[in-house]
Amino acid sequence: MTRQREAVLVTGIGLLAPNGAGLERYWAAVLEGRSGIGELTRFDAARYPVRLAGQIDAFDAAEHLPSRLLPQTDVSTRYALVAADWALADAKIGTDDFDDYEKGVVTANASGGFEFTHREFHKLWSQGPGAVSVYESYAWFYAVNTGQISLRNGLRGPGSALVAEQAGGLDALGHARRTVLRGTPMVVTGGVDSALDPWGWVAQISGGRLSTATDPSRAYLPFDAHARGYVPGEGGAILVVESAGAAARRGAPHVYGEIAGYATTFDPPPGSPRPPGLRRAAELALADAGMAPDDIDVVFADASGVPDLDRAEAEAVSGLFGPRGVPVTAPKTLTGRLYAGGGPVDVCAALLSFRDAVIPPTAGTTEVPEDYRIDLVRGAPRPGPVSSALVLARGKWGFNSAVVVRAVPAP
Amino acid sequence: MTRRVVITGIGVRTPGGDGTKAFWKLLTSGRTATRRLSFFDPSRYRSQVAAEADFDPVHEGLSPLEIRRMDRASQFAVVCARDAISDSGLQFETFDPGRVGVSLGSAVAAATSLEQEYLVLSDSGRNWLVDHASLSPHMFDYLAPSAMPAEVAWTVAAEGPVTMVSNGCTSGIDSVGHACQVIREGSADVMLAGASDTPITPIVVASFDAIKATTARNDDPEHASRPFDRTRNGFVLAEGAAMFVLEDHEHARRRGAHIYAEITGYAARCNAYHMTGLKPDGREMAEAIRVALDESRIDPTDIDYINAHGSGTKQNDRHETAAYKRSLGAHAYRAPVSSIKSMVGHSLGAIGSIEIAACALAIENGVIPPTANLHEADPECDLDYVPRTAREKHLRSVLTVGSGFGGFQSAMVLRQAGGARA
Repeated sequence: MTRQREAVLVTGIGLLAPNGAGLERYWAAVLEGRSGIGELTRFDAARYPVRLAGQIDAFDAAEHLPSRLLPQTDVSTRYALVAADWALADAKIGTDDFDDYEKGVVTANASGGFEFTHREFHKLWSQGPGAVSVYESYAWFYAVNTGQISLRNGLRGPGSALVAEQAGGLDALGHARRTVLRGTPMVVTGGVDSALDPWGWVAQISGGRLSTATDPSRAYLPFDAHARGYVPGEGGAILVVESAGAAARRGAPHVYGEIAGYATTFDPPPGSPRPPGLRRAAELALADAGMAPDDIDVVFADASGVPDLDRAEAEAVSGLFGPRGVPVTAPKTLTGRLYAGGGPVDVCAALLSFRDAVIPPTAGTTEVPEDYRIDLVRGAPRPGPVSSALVLARGKWGFNSAVVVRAVPAP
Repeated sequence: MTRRVVITGIGVRTPGGDGTKAFWKLLTSGRTATRRLSFFDPSRYRSQVAAEADFDPVHEGLSPLEIRRMDRASQFAVVCARDAISDSGLQFETFDPGRVGVSLGSAVAAATSLEQEYLVLSDSGRNWLVDHASLSPHMFDYLAPSAMPAEVAWTVAAEGPVTMVSNGCTSGIDSVGHACQVIREGSADVMLAGASDTPITPIVVASFDAIKATTARNDDPEHASRPFDRTRNGFVLAEGAAMFVLEDHEHARRRGAHIYAEITGYAARCNAYHMTGLKPDGREMAEAIRVALDESRIDPTDIDYINAHGSGTKQNDRHETAAYKRSLGAHAYRAPVSSIKSMVGHSLGAIGSIEIAACALAIENGVIPPTANLHEADPECDLDYVPRTAREKHLRSVLTVGSGFGGFQSAMVLRQAGGARA
């Protein structure tokens, strides 16, 4: 496309992570190395082979949402609604800033309102069909966060919900940007997940990628010689994205940065000799942004923690940027992997690295195999100007998504 | 130059038929595929009627491994995808896999397998702490249903954009609309797009019972889906799938492909009114229709047929009737409107794609499928709903709409492409 596209800006953020409820709390925790990973306490997990999780503990949705919303929502939807409230407040979107149909919403989740539906399955099979909640038909399905955010905030433009396991959150941001470029000036977007009930927990265990380690500081060590899987978490981020024109017209108070490029690819089928698609996603996202690898200041890695996948990602990054050619980081070692929430939280971390001129470290990981040939930021935050980032996310079965964000110079 | 998107392959599995031909035969006969629910004993449930597909995965050519691994909805999607691919005549092996993607819609995805797994893990619902010792290795695929689009991607080794669009009951329009946007912006040349849902399982039946959204006309299952009729009292839960090969028009033209129809316009709006309720004025659906017409560069008077959402709830039937009047003006009274849900039921996220297939076949054959079981229209529904008997008509432009929980309202316009099949 040769036509000059309008920039799509991030002007509001609402974030809920296990190590911080709220963007600044999360960011302070990331820079100070405070982890949100600990023993799972939502139920007695003693009998299960995995017992560590990134839980959001110091947060009571009832303090933030009207009481009528509580019985009809899963914990993940409450997080999404609060994060959307915070994002819209942060962006200072007023009721008169946009017409009804100029406000869209695109979210991602990996597993829907799972704890809620587990409770309803239990009621159905222990008490009978008449015990099932009148809210079950819409508290479970994957569109619930999009629908509830639209309803609460009067967003009547295009709405959508995307599911692509742990890559879906970046797909939501990419589709939100597409929606803005197609003419909807403001879109609320992001991803949030939680499945920390007993059924959700064993379902996650069945994925075969969770770490069975018991030391919270050593359980999730992506790119480490001792990597042995990941720790799952809950939470995510909701962002306000809008066209540069709209942001300028209404005098948006913050411009965190621009979503400059996006692409998604899929791996060849299992057993195929063809290479995985992560590097191609990164290349396509860079091309979409009109940027070259040299233009990127930092890569926020998917950082699976599964040795084979770490190696594949290291190869993709060192292949594209050259050996140790770009700083790579994964602050998600302090939150656990947040499924659809993971990519959007990383995008927020990238945007704050622009603001504060610092790259957050990958806590925990110490011993990176030499042949990974990546410059992993470890130990302490790395100061220095940052004005562009590549954010990567992968989902089970072969989803690869990449978003490029860059700083917007102050006017 | 704007790229145009055409349908060059169709695969369908619905109640009352095991493929596109049987599906079209059912729709034009005005017969119905609704029956007393047989997948489990429905006697303790309020609604005991369903539109079930007689789907045999072995007969459909799925391997034992595939059958064990895939949820029923994935099986439907994969079988339809294979049909659509073969129908399109496209040689995928000669194609850059990076230019091929998947956009799959589903509302409740792996609900069937989730329920089966739940019963094993919880000792038939007795325990809250579930038993991981009897865990299926595929449980994760049901928790995170993006296993479904992955299965579809593997049918052609697609390496382009792959995603699942899960917007409840508009998923089947929105997944196809999403794919059109991906092709138009140039991120892919070919998309396997469509939707699949197999929700006839106790938890889903119970959840619709709880809000009385489904019909309780249990004594007359064959006539239980009665959109726009004054006696209708809820929808009939169904299962099914439809998949399409969508192609950039230039690409299809160069290879001399048969083109069923062009997708010229698509729009989605949210009503931000209620998670399940609809405002009677149809305002947001009307807006979606207006934008879809605008994108197609046609006028309301160009619409030759409207494929309705027509679920058969009082609220819906009045809502969309108002939306047509609001968006099409006086032409709403002239354009024939029909609901195929009267025959194949409401398969949640899948039905939008099944209805797109019906629209493409209606254009191809010059026949409008009827609204079965419509004897006396609700007095507030005063349009031409094509009661009971199919109607021949040359169709150039067709509108299809969807409406769903969460407030989703979607509209799509299909237009006849030049040069019909000999």
